[in-house]
Amino acid sequence: MNSAIRRLAVAAIILMLALMANSTYLQAFRANEINGRNDNNRVRDSQFSVNRGPILIGSTPVAQSKPSNDRFKYQRTYPSGPVYAPVTGFYSYRFGRGGIELTMNSELNGSDPSMAFRRIIDVISNRPQQGGSVTLTLNAAAQQAAYKGLGSKTGAVVAIEPKTGKILAMATTPSYDPNRLASHDSAKVDAAWKSLTEDKDRPLSNRAAQELYPPGSTFKLVTAAAALSSGKYTPETKVNSPAELVLPQTTVPLVNEDGKNCGGSNNATLTVALRYSCNTAYGSVGLALGPDALREQAAKFGFGARPLAELPSVATSQFPGDPNEPQTAQSAIGQFDVRATPLQMAMVAAGIANKGEVMKPYLVQNVKTPDLKTVSETKPESLHQAVTPQVASQLTAMMVDVVNNGTGKPGQISGVQVAGKTGTAQTAKDRPPFAWFTAFAPADDPKIAVAVLIEKADIARDDIAGGKLAAPIAKSVMEAVLGQ
Amino acid sequence: MSIASTSVIQIIPRTRRGVELFLLLIAVGVSVAAYVNIGITAEEGVPASTGLYAAGIGLLALIAHLALRFRAPYADPVILPCAVLLNGLGVAMIHRIDLGLTAIGRTKGVPFAPQQITWTAVGVVGFLAVIIVIRDHRRLQAFTYTLGLAGLVLLVLPLVPGIGANVNGAPIWIRVAGMSFQPGEFAKVCLVIFFAGYLVVKRDVLTLAGRRFLGLDLPRARDLGPILIAWLVSLGVLVFESDLGSSLLFFGLFLFLLYVSTERAGWLIIGGVLFAGGAYFAYATFGHVHRRVTDWLDPWAIDGGQVKLGLMGQAWGGILGRGLGQGHPEATLYANSDMIISSMAEELGLTGLIAIILIYTLIIERGLRTALGCRDIFGKLIATGLAMSFALQVFVIVGGVTGLIPLTGLATPFMALGGTSLVANWAIIALLLRISDQARRPQTPAAPVSDETIAMAVQKQ
Repeated sequence: MNSAIRRLAVAAIILMLALMANSTYLQAFRANEINGRNDNNRVRDSQFSVNRGPILIGSTPVAQSKPSNDRFKYQRTYPSGPVYAPVTGFYSYRFGRGGIELTMNSELNGSDPSMAFRRIIDVISNRPQQGGSVTLTLNAAAQQAAYKGLGSKTGAVVAIEPKTGKILAMATTPSYDPNRLASHDSAKVDAAWKSLTEDKDRPLSNRAAQELYPPGSTFKLVTAAAALSSGKYTPETKVNSPAELVLPQTTVPLVNEDGKNCGGSNNATLTVALRYSCNTAYGSVGLALGPDALREQAAKFGFGARPLAELPSVATSQFPGDPNEPQTAQSAIGQFDVRATPLQMAMVAAGIANKGEVMKPYLVQNVKTPDLKTVSETKPESLHQAVTPQVASQLTAMMVDVVNNGTGKPGQISGVQVAGKTGTAQTAKDRPPFAWFTAFAPADDPKIAVAVLIEKADIARDDIAGGKLAAPIAKSVMEAVLGQ
Repeated sequence: MSIASTSVIQIIPRTRRGVELFLLLIAVGVSVAAYVNIGITAEEGVPASTGLYAAGIGLLALIAHLALRFRAPYADPVILPCAVLLNGLGVAMIHRIDLGLTAIGRTKGVPFAPQQITWTAVGVVGFLAVIIVIRDHRRLQAFTYTLGLAGLVLLVLPLVPGIGANVNGAPIWIRVAGMSFQPGEFAKVCLVIFFAGYLVVKRDVLTLAGRRFLGLDLPRARDLGPILIAWLVSLGVLVFESDLGSSLLFFGLFLFLLYVSTERAGWLIIGGVLFAGGAYFAYATFGHVHRRVTDWLDPWAIDGGQVKLGLMGQAWGGILGRGLGQGHPEATLYANSDMIISSMAEELGLTGLIAIILIYTLIIERGLRTALGCRDIFGKLIATGLAMSFALQVFVIVGGVTGLIPLTGLATPFMALGGTSLVANWAIIALLLRISDQARRPQTPAAPVSDETIAMAVQKQ
């Protein structure tokens, strides 16, 4: 009898060991997978109770957690909410996260593997988990100037430091106040979410990086770059620039904005054609180069690849796949199916400014633990050599001419030489054109490259031209950086 | 120790009550520490009720200890402290979940902890009654069939119209005078005694070998009657009361005792086949059984399912746990009853859960040790049955909560909220201790030996 009891004793131990083994598998090995589930309210609740690290510009927080004594221990606040909203994103209980709050979530809440050591120390010493801080590359003055400049217009501004690729400003209007979504009052948050998602101006969308627009004449910079790089053109090469360019296979001619020929000449130089932004001149250059050369040049500036992994759903700028001849001519002046984000056009200007080398744009300068140890520091990284330094300086000279003598005059800054290019992209007849201005300054030693897009403004259609509408904003952003 | 494990008769007769008192201090200390910890993390510092809680649980432990000291001095010294620790931790966790439920506004029935303390007191009274009234467990043999009948009546009681109550989808409750009971918990004790008494008488017949098959001696076909009846009864429990856990428990207990009394592994094979067949039949036929199985196979599919929420809590607890008072056990349904193990795993982590399972293992193995040492077959079978009922119950409920097997509604012994289960479990360990007292007591009634003389005797060797 006792031997049977002994066997049962062993069986009972096996049953208990099976329980322990199963729980070990669950709690030690599968825990991460289960904690990462979207429907795991515990993790979400606890993340709301974590002292989430701040998002900083310099040492000033643009997003921070403050002690709260309602449902959760901390309340996320955004001191100048709408100004930085396209970058910081939001942090909501019901509606998830956006922007840096989303992409840098594990660093901000301290659960990132890079902070594992510190977390173990916290667990052992029984300190509550604390998140790391994320410092942005943004320049507060530039960002404020951009947001203020956009004002009640619908549009976006992106500013880049050409030598490094640091994003100095990224503003979009209309914006939204992330504080409304971070509130712990779920009824208010629901209402805010509803009004923001139903707004036809889409305030939640980051127009600077998530939306594609026809770049219009600012794309002529890419066409000019391709032309100069081909070796067949110099800035003084004369090109066909009539008032109306008859395109092959179609009866609809390409016309200049003012309906006249280019600065009084039917054979303007590339420089003059850029100065007056002549569609016929660059259309014919595009036709001569062919779509492949244009596409390759565009790709070297960053078209066709998704930039900026630090923000969610950043759009990839495109040059059309297989355009026919009239479509190629249209594409060469940034129409037809050419689509670009303001970020992409800022990269074009920054690339020209940086002697032809396009730097990889980035938003996160560094990540630090709560005790200010640096976890990671972003180093500037080269993306492509888009054009040779010679071509870059030729393009710079042409852009300087645009600002000094041409369409870009409103972008002038006294005492500083600005290089720039305007753009006015037509879409549909009943919709106002998109106004663009992309520039950098100072032209001889660029500190900032900027792209401004105005999608909609409450002014008469005639006034919409990149120079008049977008250039003053670019100017104020550049002044904000250069004035420092 | 080597003496004890090779020859169960030659146990040095020492009462070990001092050891028990020491272990009880630890058990009470840990429980009070848990209570204070919860106060600090989830309330405003050390709760004012700490003194009351400590005095209550300390007093109950002391009463139980004194009862053993005077009425069963040779009883196993480990079992009572284990029970006190589990009970104390359970009350602390129920209190913690009270706080959590209050925080999220689910205040129906809150607080539960005082009820559980009251039931603990009733349980200890039951413990005293068993220790004092039953001076010798062998007398129970006279009530074999009475208890068997009582067990059956208790099993079917929830099906009686008027007093049966369907709680959480299983009609295994009865309501009398405004209070709910789970008679199955007591049926378990009655049936273990019945099985033991029955098998003491019939084991010789049942041991007779029949046909030999694949190297195993199968019993004779005409002796299959009892196992078939047990099987049908457990199937009936499953079908009419939707109670998978109890069904498995009753049939398993009968099988284990049949095996121990006859030492014929053939019974286990036959029983295993019968059980597998019955389980499959139930799975194929009954929606609620089928659902339990699909819930188990894919717990993530159900929004807000208790297993899913429990697994999330356990994962959230990880290896070291969130810390008492610092998790969200209240987010799981039935966090203080069915799922209390999940709550423990969330706040105490894998480490704490394994410690709890080890404490259960200690109770089980000390119970089986008692069975080994017991000098009469009846006592051996009861001790084996009670210890294995713990083993099965812990395996079924903990396995269900942690996703090892489909979840079935058995109470987590000593921890889960629920008076009936608590009282029944206190009665079970009282019986175990009564038998162990008998087993460890010197065979010839001798004058009590003091520890000093034993020490001298040992030195002489």
